[in-house]
Parts: sequence; structure tokens; C-alpha cells
Amino acid sequence: MPDETPLLDELEKGRWPSYVKEIKRASKKNKAAKDLLGIQELSYRDRITHWKHGGIVGVTGYGGGVIGRYCDVPEKFPHVASFHTVRVNHPAGWFYSTKALRQICDVWEKYGSGMTNFHGSTGDIILLGTTTENLQPCFDALTEIGFDLGGSGSALRTPSACVGPARCEWSNFDTLDLIYNITMEFQDEIHRPRWPYKFKIKASGCPNDCVAAIARADLTIIGTWKDNLRIDQKAVKEYADKGFDIHKLIVDRCPTDALEWDEKSKTLTLKPDDCVRCMHCINKMPKAIRPGLEGGATLMIGGKAPIIKGAYLSWVLIPFMKLEPPYEELKDLLRKIWDWWDENGRTRERLAELVERIGLKTFLKEIGIKPVPQMVYKPRANPYVFFDKK
Amino acid sequence: MGATDIGPPDYHMMLPDIVKKNYGKWKYHEIVRPGVLKHVSETNDELYTIRVGSPRLVSIDFIRDICDIADKYCDGHLRFTSRYNVEFLTDRKENVDRIIEDVNKLGLPVGGVGTCISNIVHTQGWIHCHSAATDASGLVKSIMDELYDHFVSIKLPAYIRIAVACCINMCGAVHCSDLAVVGIHTKPPKIDHEKVVAQCEIPTTIQACPTGAIRRHPDPNIKSVTVREDLCMYCANCFTVCPAMPLADPEGDGVAIYAGGKVSNARKPPMFSRLIVPYLPNNPPRWPEVVNVIKKVVEVYANHARKYERLGEWIERIGWEKFFKLTDIPFTEHHIDDFTHAVETYRTTTQFKW
Repeated sequence: MPDETPLLDELEKGRWPSYVKEIKRASKKNKAAKDLLGIQELSYRDRITHWKHGGIVGVTGYGGGVIGRYCDVPEKFPHVASFHTVRVNHPAGWFYSTKALRQICDVWEKYGSGMTNFHGSTGDIILLGTTTENLQPCFDALTEIGFDLGGSGSALRTPSACVGPARCEWSNFDTLDLIYNITMEFQDEIHRPRWPYKFKIKASGCPNDCVAAIARADLTIIGTWKDNLRIDQKAVKEYADKGFDIHKLIVDRCPTDALEWDEKSKTLTLKPDDCVRCMHCINKMPKAIRPGLEGGATLMIGGKAPIIKGAYLSWVLIPFMKLEPPYEELKDLLRKIWDWWDENGRTRERLAELVERIGLKTFLKEIGIKPVPQMVYKPRANPYVFFDKK
Repeated sequence: MGATDIGPPDYHMMLPDIVKKNYGKWKYHEIVRPGVLKHVSETNDELYTIRVGSPRLVSIDFIRDICDIADKYCDGHLRFTSRYNVEFLTDRKENVDRIIEDVNKLGLPVGGVGTCISNIVHTQGWIHCHSAATDASGLVKSIMDELYDHFVSIKLPAYIRIAVACCINMCGAVHCSDLAVVGIHTKPPKIDHEKVVAQCEIPTTIQACPTGAIRRHPDPNIKSVTVREDLCMYCANCFTVCPAMPLADPEGDGVAIYAGGKVSNARKPPMFSRLIVPYLPNNPPRWPEVVNVIKKVVEVYANHARKYERLGEWIERIGWEKFFKLTDIPFTEHHIDDFTHAVETYRTTTQFKW
């Protein structure tokens, strides 16, 4: 049975690149990869996972970064009896030299299954499957080549950034520098879980939000600008001359009716007070329209998936912050939020759930942030106000 | 023992020279053809990006293969996107065709740029996760085989972001995707009382339940818990804190499909994905029922949406009642929310379509 994988073989067919082919490739050189294929086939037959819950393993000095994993059929697949995941903190923006990538491959060839995820959902390099004995030497070899573990458990998870100014004209602050800076600052918070639950930080350079920060980061950092977007009228005319329907596709789609189009002179005019910096016109006319020059970010909090009280999108906490090294204002804010959450949060309670339970008003007061209308869509409709009982 | 807390490598060491030179100076970009971007800098430098689909779950030999291409054409550098695509960057236009040729020789597609369907963000599934209610990699492979033409072309009204999560923990931003496939359990936990004593903290387990379904066992001699099955909605939060309460079940487990979410702030604000199909059985290796629903929704959307309109924006414009009609997906009692933010979804106007 272990040598035959008729169900998985089906997934070698078709045009999209096959992960089954990849496991088969690794299994030629590695027994754990071969057993991984076998146990996956068994799951396909049984329609259930064969991985057991948890198991605390790790490397000396850290409380996380390794996900313990054991299979429930070790007698059939002894080489994946223990098959732990190593999360490796990626370089900001997921840029690599081939030298660094080849070094990671060599370490993983020596100490692991030879299977990886480039990358995991949070952004780490995932080295998929090794034994308990190999964890420490694998970690030591990784630090030798300049890599370190990412976050897991109730810790700061590996922060991630969009491609930013490295290859995008829309980045309103340096996403890579910010994320690298705070990752280095908060190494202790990443490696030693001590909070009620996980905390995620993600930075997108513009409101397109290419790292989906607003949906999943407890602290969401999204680039925006204070001044007006820039329009190059000559380039606008070129779009129009090529038959691009600026009225229908740009002006009519502006969510706040902030653009005017003069068909005769082929001029596009911005009503700056009405613009909410959504990116639509910029996205569709990148040669003619650009973000403003006074860049910074909107800081939002609370984004998370449904478990447990339901999903939240991040909401506005600080409408605008200029983000420049050494980012002290942002770091101070983070420390205040963590202290408050740590003090008040229940086990497995994410920041958004705690703020909802205790109230945004109380949170703002205790963090020391003044309420502004940009924080809400609309004010309350009910009369139940808790006035100060002095 | 080696060093600790050294952090990731400085990203500056990972940037190709063309990027270092033009960092923060990019002026505009254009899509040259499917999968190929051209960025132009204030310095007039040009940078070509070739975006390549990857199965994400890859061997080290795969990584070495793409390194060979990057060594040959890209100054020994490459990058990955937030959707697992590989990007080859070059300032030499003549390299574009050569890179595409070499990439295709490896059996990898070039695409994922513009109004198309890019790679599917997904989780581990049966390949490595203890709480998976379905597989992830196999679902992704099956869906992308079917939607392959949309990866390598640019012909949709707007892009469609698809995500797969193997359980409702939803590692990744599944809940704000144009289309999301989520593994679900449909049977309450099976309690192993002997294991509960050994492995679980009872107050934490009771507190973990969002509906208060978990109680102390009525027999004081049994140091365990019971579950009021009528209150259980199979979230598996109890299983996360107490391994003696697994919910996985070959007959009960399957997937749900959600639609209409987005994270971008362009035009409409970000939106959650909404339930369209409450349950489909796990049918490995190819999950044909799931693939058919995804394919159908993509087709109906492509035929009806206006240019630049995301799936969720299109549905909001035409109304969900119209969406269910156009896609022939049955609307059931399961579609009506009864959890924490339910009332916000009830219609408080006489405006609707027949």
C-alpha cells in the first residue's frame, strides 16, 4: 500500500503545477517525504487527517517558531512519526538572493524532509517536517546562514509587508524598512509567547492592501496621503486619445464623485475635498494619476478571521501617522496596546474581541487616544451613554 | 548552541541592483502581456517582472530550479508575491522571452497579473494539519486546473481572489476573498473522557465554547465535560484547547463556499465573503462538486459584471436575490445568519428584486 498512491496520482494530471509531483521528487531522496506521500494518500482514502494534535517541541531559548506534529499511524509511516514544522522569518517583501535560497535548501536537505511552503499564510518560509532530534541542529544551521525563526502561538506573529517602494510607485511609506525595523525591535515578542493570543502586524503601502492587512492584522498599517493626488493632464489626454472611456470607467466609478471630466478640453479635475483616496482612478490610469507626496499611513486595529466571536475588519484608530525611522511613535503605541490587552484579555481573546467586550471608548481612554469622527462610519443611534460618574 | 534573536536577514541584501538603484523612484507601470509587468522609474530605468504560478508546497529541488533561472537572467535574485507566485525581475527586455521559455520548460505557467485569477491563497489541509476538515493543496490543484486559462489571460471584468482554508480557523484572509472554500465539520466533538482527564484543563475547555454548549460532566467521579449537541455549531475551538474532543469525521466533514469579499479599498470599502453553498461533501481527489460551483460563479460573473466591478460589487449592485437566481444556487435556511452580527444582515427596507 505505501508505494501505491492511485488517488494522489490523479493530481499529477492537469495543467496547473502539481504539488504531488513535488512530493514525489523529494521522496526519491528522502524517506520522510516518501511517508508524507503515503499518509496523504491514506487521508485521501479515509477522508480525514492523520496528524495528531500539538506536542510541545522547540529550540533552546524560544517558546515558539516550531509547530509540533505527530502522525496517528506511526507503525505504517515511521519516518513521519514526528514531523515538525519550522517557521522561518522571511526577508521583508519576500526578496531573496539565490545564494540565500540555496543555503536554506542545503540546510533543509540535511535536516528535514526536503518539502517546503514558499510561503505560509502569514508570510514565513515553512520548512515542512523534521524530527525532534533535528530541530536544534537545524535551527543552529539556519542562524549560521543568517536566518531566524518566525512567530507561533500566543506571540507576535512574523510581521509582513507588501513589495513597497522596492517595486511599486504607489507606496506611501517604506513598508520594507518599517517591517524590518519592528521585526528586529520585537524579537523577544516574536520568539517568546506570553500574551492572551496571537498578534499580527501587516503593512501595505497603499489602500489596495496587497498583504490583506485589513482582514487579518491586529495592527493594520495602510499607506495613504495627506495632500492631493497628482494628475498629469498630458498623460490623461493620451489615455483618452487611445479610446479609454474616462467618463464611464473613472469619473462615474469614483465612490465620492470627486472627479470631473471635460470632454472638450480632455481635462480631468479633482475636487480635493471629496477624494477619499480609494485608489480606483490611480489603479486604472497609472501613467496619469499618482498618489500625493505627503505620504504616511492610516493605523487600524482588530482585523481577524471568525474564530471565535466572528470575523472583524480592522477599524481606524489613527487616521494619519507619518512613518519614518526610528518609528518610535508607532512602537510606543504598540507597547501600550499590548500592555492593555495583556492586562485585560482572556485566554484566546484577540484584540478586537476584547475591545468589543470592554468598549472602544474605554480602550481609547486607556491608551490615551482622542476620539475623532474618522474612527466611525456614523455616531451611535441609541441613548445609552455611560457618562462619567463623578 | 548558536545565536538567538538575530532576526531575518536585512532585506537590502536580497535586492537586485536595479531595485536598489530605483528604490522609491518608480513612476508608473504597465502590463506588457499576461504575466509580465513593466515598471518605469524617474531615472528612466525599466524593470520587467515575469510572474509565475507555483503550487506553494514545493520541494527544495523546485527552489533550486527557479534559482537556476534567476542566476541565468536576473542577477541572482528573485521574489515571491503574497499569493505564492514567483517573480523574476530583469532590466533587460530581451530576457523576458527567455525567462518565459525556461519557466514553461519547468511546466510552470506565466500569468496572475491584471484582471485575471491569480494563485489561490491556502492552508495546509491533510498534508500537515491536525484540525483540517478537508485538504487544501488538492482542492487548489483541482480548482486551478479548471481555471488555468484565467491565470494565463486577462479577460475578466476585475480580478478574482480565491482562497482555501481547511478549517474555520482560516489561516490566511479567506473571509474577505471573492471566492472562498472553507473546510467545515458538521458533527459535534467526540469526547474521550479518559483523555480529557490526562490532557485537558476543564475550565479552559468550558470557556472555549462560544455558545456555552460545554458543561462539566454530571457525574462528579468523571473528571470530564459533556456537550449539549443542540448548541454546538462545530467551530472546534474546544478541540484547539482540548485534544480529547476531535470533531473530524469522514462522513460529516466537507466544505462550504463563500463569495463576494474583498480587502482592497478601491471604490467600495473592504467586504466579508458571504455564504453561498453551506455544505458539499469531501470528494477527493478532485472535489468535482466544489470545482463546478466555483466554475459556475466565475462564468456567471464574467458574463454579467461591468468592467472593473469586483464579484462582491457586482452582487451588491444586482442584489443577492438576483445572484442566487442567476447562479441557480439554492437559498436555504442555512444562509440566514444566527450568530453574533446576524441582525445587521436582515433586510430593513421594502427595496428588493423579485
